[in-house]
Amino acid sequence: MDNNNEFEPKIVAFVCNWCTYAGADLTGTSRIKYATNVKIVRFPCTGRIDFMLLLKAFAGGADGIIISGCHPNDCHYTSGNFHARRRWITFRHMLEILGVDVRRICFTWVSAAEGAKWADVVNDNVANIRKLGPYKEYTKVAQYFEKEAYNEQD
Amino acid sequence: MSKIGVFICHCGENISATVDCQKVAEEVGKVEGVEFATDYKYMCSDPGQNLIKQAIKEHHLTGVVVGSCSPRMHEPTFRKTCASAGLNPFMCEVANLREQCSWVHEKGESTTEKAISLVKMLVEKVKKDQPLQSIEVPITKKALVIGGGIAGIQAALDIANCGHQVILVEKEPSIGGHMSQLSETFPTLDCSQCILTPRMVEVAQHPNITLYTYAELEKVEGSIGNFDVTIRLKAKSVDFSKCTGCGTCQQKCPQKKIPSEFNAGLGTRTAIYVPFPQAVPNKPVIDKEHCNYYQKGKCKLCSKVCPVGAIEYDKPDEFIKENVGAIVVTTGFNVLNTDFFPEYGYGKYKDVINGLQFERLASASGPTLGEIRRPSDGAIPKKIVFIACCGSRDPAKGIPYCSKICCMYTAKHAMLYQHKVHDGESYIFYMDVRATGKNYEEFVRRAIEEDGVKYVRGRVARVYEKNGKLIVKGADTLLGGQPVEIEADMVVLATAGVSNPGAEQLAQKMHISYDPYYFFSEAHPKLRPVETNTAGIFLAGACQSPKDIPDTVSMASGAAAKVAALFSQKNLVREPVIAVVNRCAPPVFSTCVGCFMCETACPYHAIEREDIKDRKGNVIKTVAKVNPGLCQGCGTCVAFCRSKSIDIQGFSNEEMYSEVVSLLNS
Repeated sequence: MDNNNEFEPKIVAFVCNWCTYAGADLTGTSRIKYATNVKIVRFPCTGRIDFMLLLKAFAGGADGIIISGCHPNDCHYTSGNFHARRRWITFRHMLEILGVDVRRICFTWVSAAEGAKWADVVNDNVANIRKLGPYKEYTKVAQYFEKEAYNEQD
Repeated sequence: MSKIGVFICHCGENISATVDCQKVAEEVGKVEGVEFATDYKYMCSDPGQNLIKQAIKEHHLTGVVVGSCSPRMHEPTFRKTCASAGLNPFMCEVANLREQCSWVHEKGESTTEKAISLVKMLVEKVKKDQPLQSIEVPITKKALVIGGGIAGIQAALDIANCGHQVILVEKEPSIGGHMSQLSETFPTLDCSQCILTPRMVEVAQHPNITLYTYAELEKVEGSIGNFDVTIRLKAKSVDFSKCTGCGTCQQKCPQKKIPSEFNAGLGTRTAIYVPFPQAVPNKPVIDKEHCNYYQKGKCKLCSKVCPVGAIEYDKPDEFIKENVGAIVVTTGFNVLNTDFFPEYGYGKYKDVINGLQFERLASASGPTLGEIRRPSDGAIPKKIVFIACCGSRDPAKGIPYCSKICCMYTAKHAMLYQHKVHDGESYIFYMDVRATGKNYEEFVRRAIEEDGVKYVRGRVARVYEKNGKLIVKGADTLLGGQPVEIEADMVVLATAGVSNPGAEQLAQKMHISYDPYYFFSEAHPKLRPVETNTAGIFLAGACQSPKDIPDTVSMASGAAAKVAALFSQKNLVREPVIAVVNRCAPPVFSTCVGCFMCETACPYHAIEREDIKDRKGNVIKTVAKVNPGLCQGCGTCVAFCRSKSIDIQGFSNEEMYSEVVSLLNS
């Protein structure tokens, strides 16, 4: 935790194509600056996001994750964001039980008109994750998973 | 083995100013499977596209990644380029290096590094991409127009004149919208009704237009080419097939003091009413909230006097279903009331009115038959003050945008006042005069020079009543902020144009996006101004942002042209981004276990059940199957599937996982 000043977190953002991706495009069109740490992966809808991808991202070395889609009722596909929200509520509890640091996952909504909000979301998250430091503990959690899976096979 | 071509665009200087494009191309060129990597100043230009085509042919590329602007902008362009060089268009991906990289970061190492990892991510995706075939679906050549103002009227007429069926839905009892309420129109001062009402009649008589007044959109399902819409026909309580429009019921109705919406509250109407004499259709409806029979259970006077027995009290709202191929949204705008302004009396001074009310006072069909008389005592005001930008351009009021029409209509109001009250004095308080249109500036100059309207540049701080006069306290900023006090007889506020109440709900019904002020969002602010992000739904008029009549009419014709272009195709070609359930060799046939979680997740009822049978016809198992015509490609089913048997083309599990892995490795 000593080198936190130089620590540049790796953050992956899973966003929907219709609201947040368009919102992030608007951030660009409005030339609002934000940190380079966040990289966006485009999904058709937050309802598409397989939450195993979150674990995959942590396993790959991500320090933080942002999930962002349309506001409730604004989903391009009617209800995908509601499914995502419900999935997140359940998944969050499961992760907590497993010992995954859920403070590193940010679930939010950014509409196509909220370019400035997207910049805020990114900057706030980068600051937050920087404070939390690199996510080294996940390897321990993952090792534990593997051990348990191995034990189950016996 | 994939052979991928990578093309990095400088976008003039838009990308290259902060990203080292050459380095990006070099670095990505080292990635396994990348056959060719280069950068160029304008990749979307003709030579740029030729560069891609040539590389595809020379290097026999199996996939292409273009690092340029947002895929929402040029993905179709580059996919078409690839297709013309013989590569399957869905083997082309666009990395967003402009909107999500170069424009939002400062120049530096980390920006270039981010660009590299974004391109690498899509290289990994392209490796997993499968060639896909576009889907063709038939189009229903019938359009729905929502809103019967001038935008809806123009769009409906234009589409109908192309030979297509149009359904026009209007929530009020008559079409005409705000334009029917206006007196004269700038910059020509021709009478609004005189140019509008012939169009209204044309709509009613057009063989291709079905008009539903007093109706609202209830539900929209389906997608471009095949929308299923449900329309609520609000109970009019009058059988239009019997009613002759004689008007006897309106004369006899005992409820006579209801503020008339058409006259912006300055006149009155009855409970059974036609909004205005030139209404289309010119037949009355009963306003249930004010009708004695509906409220107190007795009266029925209209039914007694109706010579044809057209009154039907107990008829409920009706719902009709229609199948349409395209929707044009023309729901218009609203103006703020004077009660929004505490500094100008919270709407409690009767002689402080808004611009729309002044239109009614100046209109020959208005409550004063065109004479400018103040609402409180009917006297002719000798001194009148107009305050522009009431609410507009005022972030403190939550309306930072310009309402666009107020400068012009305020000049027109002052001019009309001077024409009607020769010895009157008119003052306009303004911030800036924005007269940007053909003959607009000349019009404002005419108001100042010929009609002697006095323009005062400055804000009005307060309006209060004293000895029967309205004291307007403001400042003249051209005279160094010198205080100005005017004893006026009447004050007209050019209140901001705002979105219609219910715009948010309407947008949510149709799944179109809207801005923070609930104006509907266009697909691209410059190049796709009449389309929404939802294919097949178009916008026209002030529901997109406040605009004047010429802009509204041209936008409506633009939307109509878009609809006509859509309808001119035989079949609609759709992107194959849809879900598919896997199939494999017997005895498994499919890894689908038939839990049908996907069926519960799908908002489009696109999941069907398919029986897999043996030779004797016995069902071995029932698995899910996606109807490609109904699937919209949201992918919710993919995240639901427990056995990972359903996947979405273009955003498959393999593609998404390899994107994430690549992003974290680089």
